[in-house]
Amino acid sequence: MIKLDPNLCKGCNICMEFCPKKVYEQSKTLDKKGVHIPIPKNQDKCSKCNLCALMCPDQAIKVEEDDEQ
Amino acid sequence: MEETNESPFMKYLRKDRLPNIFCAGCGNGTVLNAFFKGMEMAQMDLNNINMASGIGCSSRIPGYVKCDSLHTTHGRPISFATGIKLGNPNMDVVVFTGDGDAAAIGGNHLIHGARRNIDLTVICINNSIYGMTGGQISPTSPQGSYGSTAPYGAFERPFDLAELVSAAGATYVARWTTAQPLQLANAIKNALNNKGFSFVEAVSQCHTYYGRKNKMKSPLEMLRWMKDNSINKRKADKMNPEELVGKLIVGEFVNKNQAEYSQELYNLIEEKSGNRSKSIKSAYMGD
Repeated sequence: MIKLDPNLCKGCNICMEFCPKKVYEQSKTLDKKGVHIPIPKNQDKCSKCNLCALMCPDQAIKVEEDDEQ
Repeated sequence: MEETNESPFMKYLRKDRLPNIFCAGCGNGTVLNAFFKGMEMAQMDLNNINMASGIGCSSRIPGYVKCDSLHTTHGRPISFATGIKLGNPNMDVVVFTGDGDAAAIGGNHLIHGARRNIDLTVICINNSIYGMTGGQISPTSPQGSYGSTAPYGAFERPFDLAELVSAAGATYVARWTTAQPLQLANAIKNALNNKGFSFVEAVSQCHTYYGRKNKMKSPLEMLRWMKDNSINKRKADKMNPEELVGKLIVGEFVNKNQAEYSQELYNLIEEKSGNRSKSIKSAYMGD
């Protein structure tokens, strides 16, 4: 499960670029800051490598391990 | 886990100051994450870490971290950090500095810190330009790059900071870019564990000034440029200098063991004044 804090995200899209599984997609609508923030849409593809959480310059992403594992 | 929506690094940050002041996509945040990751890998306690920083974008980092920190004058963080380390040698002192801070105005402090081999961890965030003041050319701007003080391209030769500090006598030197955060975290782990002057150069993106003046407007373009142009040191050692023009050499430059300055100094005090030195030290320690 990927959780993205929309209050911290500034919409730089580094997570979208560096995700090896292409989990993120850009949102169609603007948020209150006027940026297109990424949405973790294809969560079933996520391999929990945590690269997005490590690269996020604004500490907005958390990758949770699934409960059943 | 009670706070489910927060980043794993949020527990080290001062939440009331977030979101941080950096531009969207600035590499400073990535270096900060890599530092926390390296600190976790080195099993260090944040309460025992003292940060020092000078002036610049990258030097604002310690203000966001829940630990003791000094925000000092321009170019002098290594001098202040030397003071902290000699005052309390049990402290782990980390210096966050930028390229203008470390190489331009604080160049002498940097090389003399390395010469003394005092136990500091210096993380230099090198974005190749003066980002805070408006995009002036810094001592590490590559030859031919544009800036607001070089509208026809910089013709000066840049400093190679990792080689400079290696030559000055540091015992751990590494260089990685923000496009390789795991390697950077590993280098920071080794730097924290090393007893002696450790220097980690984190080549970072400043798309707002460096990128905009050099046809890489977005942070993604700058990250792709860094990823495509970085060559590991082991491979670069076998290549000609002509092939390495415009490339970033990354990797571990130095990793050796040598006598450490604060340890030597305290040994000398112990030898010359014996028990008297202990009473002086205990007055500061509070017991």
